[in-house]
Amino acid sequence: MNRTKGDEEEYWNSSKFKAFTFDDEDDELSQLKESKRAVNSLRDFVDDDDDDDDLERVSWSGEPVGSRTRPGSFQSLSDALSDTSAKSYAPELGRPKGEYRDYSNDWSPSDTVRRLRKGKVCSLERFRSLQDKLQLLEEAVSMHDGNVITAVLIFLKRTLSKEILFRELEVRQVALRHLIHFLKEIGDQKLLLDLFRFLDRTEELALSHYREHLNIRDPDKRKEFLKTCIGLPFSAEDSAHIQDHYTLLERQIIIEANDRHLESAGQTEIFRKHPRKASILNMPLVTTLFYSCFYHYTEAEGTFSSPINLKKTFKIPDKQYVLTALAARAKLRAWNDVDALFTTKNWLGYTKKRAPIGFHRVVEILHKNNAPVQILQEYVNLVEDVDTKLNLATKFKCHDVVIDTCRDLKDRQQLLAYRSKVDKGSAEEEKIDALLSSSQIRWKN
Amino acid sequence: MAFPHRPDAPELPDFSMLKRLARDQLIYLLEQLPGKKDLFIEADLMSPLDRIANVSILKQHEVDKLYKVENKPALSSSEQLCFLVRPRIKNMRYIASLVNADKLAGRTRKYKVIFSPQKFYACEMVLEEEGIYGDVSCDEWAFSLLPLDVDLLSMELPEFFRDYFLEGDQRWINTVAQALHLLSTLYGPFPNCYGIGRCAKMAYELWRNLEEEEDGETKGRRPEIGHIFLLDRDVDFVTALCSQVVYEGLVDDTFRIKCGSVDFGPEVTSSDKSLKVLLNAEDKVFNEIRNEHFSNVFGFLSQKARNLQAQYDRRRGMDIKQMKNFVSQELKGLKQEHRLLSLHIGACESIMKKKTKQDFQELIKTEHALLEGFNIRESTSYIEEHIDQQVSPIESLRLMCLLSITENGDARCSLDTHYGPEHLLTFSNLRRAGLLTEQAPGDTLTAVESKVSKLVTDKAAGKITDAFSSLAKRSNFRAISKKLNLIPRVDGEYDLKVPRDMAYVFSGAYVPLSCRIIEQVLERRSWQGLDEVVRLLNCSDFAFTDMTKEDKASSESLRLILVVFLGGCTFSEISALRFLGREKGYRFIFLTTAVTNSARLMEAMSEVKA
Repeated sequence: MNRTKGDEEEYWNSSKFKAFTFDDEDDELSQLKESKRAVNSLRDFVDDDDDDDDLERVSWSGEPVGSRTRPGSFQSLSDALSDTSAKSYAPELGRPKGEYRDYSNDWSPSDTVRRLRKGKVCSLERFRSLQDKLQLLEEAVSMHDGNVITAVLIFLKRTLSKEILFRELEVRQVALRHLIHFLKEIGDQKLLLDLFRFLDRTEELALSHYREHLNIRDPDKRKEFLKTCIGLPFSAEDSAHIQDHYTLLERQIIIEANDRHLESAGQTEIFRKHPRKASILNMPLVTTLFYSCFYHYTEAEGTFSSPINLKKTFKIPDKQYVLTALAARAKLRAWNDVDALFTTKNWLGYTKKRAPIGFHRVVEILHKNNAPVQILQEYVNLVEDVDTKLNLATKFKCHDVVIDTCRDLKDRQQLLAYRSKVDKGSAEEEKIDALLSSSQIRWKN
Repeated sequence: MAFPHRPDAPELPDFSMLKRLARDQLIYLLEQLPGKKDLFIEADLMSPLDRIANVSILKQHEVDKLYKVENKPALSSSEQLCFLVRPRIKNMRYIASLVNADKLAGRTRKYKVIFSPQKFYACEMVLEEEGIYGDVSCDEWAFSLLPLDVDLLSMELPEFFRDYFLEGDQRWINTVAQALHLLSTLYGPFPNCYGIGRCAKMAYELWRNLEEEEDGETKGRRPEIGHIFLLDRDVDFVTALCSQVVYEGLVDDTFRIKCGSVDFGPEVTSSDKSLKVLLNAEDKVFNEIRNEHFSNVFGFLSQKARNLQAQYDRRRGMDIKQMKNFVSQELKGLKQEHRLLSLHIGACESIMKKKTKQDFQELIKTEHALLEGFNIRESTSYIEEHIDQQVSPIESLRLMCLLSITENGDARCSLDTHYGPEHLLTFSNLRRAGLLTEQAPGDTLTAVESKVSKLVTDKAAGKITDAFSSLAKRSNFRAISKKLNLIPRVDGEYDLKVPRDMAYVFSGAYVPLSCRIIEQVLERRSWQGLDEVVRLLNCSDFAFTDMTKEDKASSESLRLILVVFLGGCTFSEISALRFLGREKGYRFIFLTTAVTNSARLMEAMSEVKA
């Protein structure tokens, strides 16, 4: 770009920014590029010596230490200690709280709770009657401090039978939630499940049981565990997911064993050309589908690893399937497979192109996978909506499609405008010039 | 560009004192274990610690070696071990395993656990159960307020969100109350208090109790900050779920700002190194663009680049003396600016590339449609497609939540989409937290409610039980939006260069609900006239005001407002309120449990290995 200074001024200050869109890639990026160039041109002059501008002083944790903070905020220790104004505000610089001990037996429930809040150790043993215990709990709840509520609950859990504890908590929801969270945190799964059972919260019970699978590493053990989850009282929708989860892992274990073997044997081309990056175990369903479209695309429906089999077993919707297969095959640059994915035959044997996801999506996915222009062009042409087609063609530089569409629209102005976007002396330019000078076309503008 | 503050805008209090206090207290605690010791630090505490102390300070207090707390056996040979940790069960188990291994080996050492910001009884219980209570001494380092910037204090407690809003655990409320107490000790009492949300109300009450118990400390002090406003994150999930488009928010969404600094990778630095950069008001370039809509940033940066060029060009034709002056006086500043400029240009470039790739424009369009409530069917199918393409699970979840909340639970269709079993637990969490509001048939809900309320005798629990509160919580977003005018009516193009209202932080499409509430209440100095909004927010029992006599408060202090976000705030909200402050001559100070964004909210809801 060789603009004069005046041009540039106008360019920077033009009002283009008002209707800013993130799609204006060209404009915005070129603007950034210019600023970058300006800044970079200064680099030689600037980057000559000291690189210690404090931006990057890395400390032991990889974090910058004291970089670019206010001068003086990192004063020396002696300064800090002699700074009396700060010291006088310092809260509780006396004995550490933990060392306060108090064994007095005379505190009322509310005093006890208050002392607990201050972090003081104080004995709860004298609250022996149920009434006293509950009063203590109520005081804790009304003070709002969750730490104290939990402290009281720990005491109640130790000194009450679980039936009584559960019964009392059922009508004290705030305390109940604290107990549930506490049990989750310390990992007392057994008591937690008992509690949910008592409360008749069947769905939480099921979810809580199911959650445990996260802690099981071994795939076979995990699979066996998931089997025990099937039939638990989940919601109808979740039940189906649990069943799927089990089936999926079962599949993955089979596929993994098979493919690991194939890969190490080194006889299969696809694995040699594209070694697997990770194991397929515990991957989500869609990732598994992608994997199988990548490595097992042509397999017959009968095999566990075939994409069609996955699609049927897990009732994967058409759209989802096509998207995934498209991405996988495009990644392998298997354009024939891509073509086949969208080709349907009618009863007369004519072929027709159809895409459940819309061809505009197809084009975008192909572009993301660096498909060549000839391929892109083919699918851009299949986009029905003319505006969308024109936009996509322009965005992805499918010159022929743009030119032909303008011609079909008899839009001379747009064609003229597009002429400036193609390379000088290129075939496209010639094509445009030929059209523009043609007397056959009755331009609308 | 980078609007200046009004000349009458009040000065911000100096919060650097908080850093000094925290550092002094840490030193004091380290001195409690005299002699050489090895220090084990929890990963989450490293960045905050870095902001207030450095290695040499630790060394001065006889810290010999530093270790990260991770689940590995410790190789330390020191006779004294000190652990600096968050009060978490897994940390206790880790410490117990070390101590018990020592015991087995017949080794005696001294152990000290420093909990930050406070210790929990559950932790002590684990120490007791593991048989090491008494073998370790426990202390608390009440470091709960880290000034990340001149107007931003963070408690650096991202877990607050999940603990309270998902699990209903109120363990951090006391920490918040203590932090507020510290602020009022240092900067005087707050004459005007407002708040909305159940947690806000509890934190406020606990704080008041604290002040009463330790009265006298703040009495007689002149207030420096005239207003305090407490707000629960669940009052406004929508704002936090939106994609951010102001520069600082975008940087956070794209690169993740952590404890006030960001890692710029090679794609930004255009070298082979990554750079850790502090982002705050002292970065002169950043300070001017942080609150700007992204579309204005390019123009600003290029202007800046040309100015810089011109300043360098001046050296041509200088004589020796002038050159000497230039080098000694200006060069360093120019170099610094140059470096910052090239970093932010690199960041913009990288953001643009990423956003173009993921079709950001269409995403934003969908979000705006959801906010405004039109083209719901189109938006729904966009989201379904998004899920199908598995662009990013976190992104899909976020969009589903946005759809569900803005449409008040009509998100059924997309929920039914095949999403894979792996998100079962996440869905259940999202529902419990009220981020996904599936529409329950009216009768079922009322039946459940009435059955439960009969059982309830727990006064503090309020009228209906918490167990069902999220079910009962209809978001009512559309009605609130109408009442508060959250969708600005715009004739023609919204000029993002000269914003007219806070909606500019979302390209002029939406005024952040949280910020609008704050604006309205400050204007009225009460909740008067906002009853309907409060009711729609399900906060009828949790909206409060508390005014004391203002005779001692200077007019300057009355234009300083501390906003407390319980459960996190986003950079977009900060930018919006900074804008409001400039318009009205206020200054806002932000106190948040952590800086958050949509991805962090979603991640907090997912289940991982215990």
